[in-house]
Amino acid sequence: MMDAFQLAVYILLFPGFLFLVLYAFFFKFLDRKITARMQNRVGPPLLQPFADFVKMLAKEVINPKGVDRQALDVAPLLALAAVMTAYLYVPIIGESPLAFQGDLVVVLYLLTLPTIILFIIGWLSRNVFATIGGVRAVTQMFIYEVPFFLALITPALMAGSWSISDIIAWQQQNTWFAVLQPIGFIVALIGLQAKLERVPFDIPEAETEIVAGPWTELTGRRLALMQLSMNITLVTGSALVAAVFLGGPMTPWTIAPDWLSASIGFLLFLAKTFAILLILISITVASGRIRIDQLNDIGWKYLASAAFIQMGIVIMMNYLWVGA
Amino acid sequence: MPEILLPIGPQHPALKEPVNFKIVVDGETIVRLDLDISYNHRGIEKAAEQRDFVRVVPLLARVCGICSHSHTTAFVKGIEEAMQLEVPARAQYIRTIVAELERMHSHLLWLGVAAHEIGFNTLFMWTWRDREIIQDMLEETTGNRVIYGVNEVGGVRCDLTLDLIRASFEHLQKLEDRITQYVGMVKNDETLHMRFSGVGKLSKADALKYGTVGPTARASGVDYDIRKDDSYLAYDEMPWKVVTDTHGDVFGRTLVRIGEMQESLTIVRFCLENLPEGPIAVKAPKTAPPAEVLSRYEAPRGELVHFIRTNNTDRVERLDIRTPTLANWTAVAVSLVNQNIADIPVIVAAIDPCLSCTSRITLLNGRNKKTSLMTWDELRSYSGEYYRRKRCA
Repeated sequence: MMDAFQLAVYILLFPGFLFLVLYAFFFKFLDRKITARMQNRVGPPLLQPFADFVKMLAKEVINPKGVDRQALDVAPLLALAAVMTAYLYVPIIGESPLAFQGDLVVVLYLLTLPTIILFIIGWLSRNVFATIGGVRAVTQMFIYEVPFFLALITPALMAGSWSISDIIAWQQQNTWFAVLQPIGFIVALIGLQAKLERVPFDIPEAETEIVAGPWTELTGRRLALMQLSMNITLVTGSALVAAVFLGGPMTPWTIAPDWLSASIGFLLFLAKTFAILLILISITVASGRIRIDQLNDIGWKYLASAAFIQMGIVIMMNYLWVGA
Repeated sequence: MPEILLPIGPQHPALKEPVNFKIVVDGETIVRLDLDISYNHRGIEKAAEQRDFVRVVPLLARVCGICSHSHTTAFVKGIEEAMQLEVPARAQYIRTIVAELERMHSHLLWLGVAAHEIGFNTLFMWTWRDREIIQDMLEETTGNRVIYGVNEVGGVRCDLTLDLIRASFEHLQKLEDRITQYVGMVKNDETLHMRFSGVGKLSKADALKYGTVGPTARASGVDYDIRKDDSYLAYDEMPWKVVTDTHGDVFGRTLVRIGEMQESLTIVRFCLENLPEGPIAVKAPKTAPPAEVLSRYEAPRGELVHFIRTNNTDRVERLDIRTPTLANWTAVAVSLVNQNIADIPVIVAAIDPCLSCTSRITLLNGRNKKTSLMTWDELRSYSGEYYRRKRCA
């Protein structure tokens, strides 16, 4: 166990909040730059996401007529707090010091909060576009969340533990869950894409249809914080999928000094989250936005069935090999 | 769910020009809607009556940036008919080349906009990049990228040299490769298919009933193309076919436009290969005898009509422009009902709206923030009054 000072450094500086925020900006830069290059554009400079954030913090906060100001102020902070807390439980260097049995469920739960908060923001905004966008956000959540949860829980069934660290340890001894459960891996990636509201699942904030959906009335620091929390969701979501399916920051074999092992693990974490980001970008670039009714069909017919099939296979395997 | 009024426009991310839809939705379904066009009165028709034929042509090029050649050609064609002027064949061929290049770049632009409306930004960026090839060609030929200024009454203002023709063939080859790729993308891409198929259905009977023109009509199976039906320029001298489709939805309109781009390539190639020798313009008389001409032209968006009345002076007595977008609005309003909110942008974009026509204006009283509408008659009497005052001053 760590002492209090080490724990504070872990949570606040590295690999905690400070690193997280910087990495989120860098991730956003990579996202925008690679998308731009694929679309034959130039793309933003390295510090653009950070500059955007600072600029928006300085901008005036506009209150639409009749909104509940405090609630609208608190909502983005709540989303930010939720996803930053979720990040603390995901192993970045070695094991997370806060790990406990069941942290997988807590992380999944905390990652759901931004969507619900977007719905609340849409409702509070007293704007027809924001309301429609909020309703769409929560409708979409009911569609992708079930397959996403199923896909991420299935590795836990196989590893026999609800702890992310245990799942990683299991993968260290055996092999990656991406190899063992390819269907679940694909469902998790699609679910992550939908959770992040990226094309083709940007239905709640469809620019050309409903202006910006729940984001329409967000200005100044509210917008800055909400965008930051979506960027952090991108990092945390990628880190979670990397941990559960790609073995997280663990090296496949033991490396002699602890610090070397930890730094190689950290590099592995960066590489794996980057790989997941690349897949998400490819999906974004290669598709247009689908309609909410079409998403409903796809989500329940194919994604949920695929996740159930994967889970069935795992239960069968557990019964045949472990149970016997 | 209760019915909600959803205002789209006059300012909205999906709209590039001001138009207003008051849409009543039930959940995600459109129940009914109210369409309000004409936020932008520019007084171009009146301005055209104030200047002579030489100076009207550059003015009409500014009716619309994308179809600047369409408007000037429709006008000079009508004036030449009124003057009974014989335009040299070489001039007609050059006008045809520019017209078809314009059609291609307009359709590429449209494909990008339609893709953007469904959030497919990659296709948007790619088509707009490849549109540059055409704009480069136009710049090499005419010196301008948007408002080419090729037309004058009696012919064209710039000639095609051999070097230019050779360079154009190279550009056309590149363009053909890209267009072939887009044909593949449109036909095979899953998200495009999901969002375009079955959306904004318009039957052949409805297309005729609401007087649609251009690709909107042709996608519903109406074989109506001014280039064939009332041939002008050099279109009757070359082999090409009218592209029609029977889907009747946005997907059909996409296929028609893609097909037209391929036809345009053929036409431009034929014109460049068979460019007749001779002068590029004849000297036009200063004045036109009294005549009434209805000049029809197949613009990229459909049938463009210029009504011209001349009265033995060097000015038109009346110029009336009916743009294809105006003819297609009713069909949009009809095909929007019972569709999904998500389909509004793409259905509206499917006619390739270009809002340069007007019938009414909205007045905004700055003091009490009330808006009021002006009817056509009120606007007419007001404009008469305005110009009378201006002349006295």
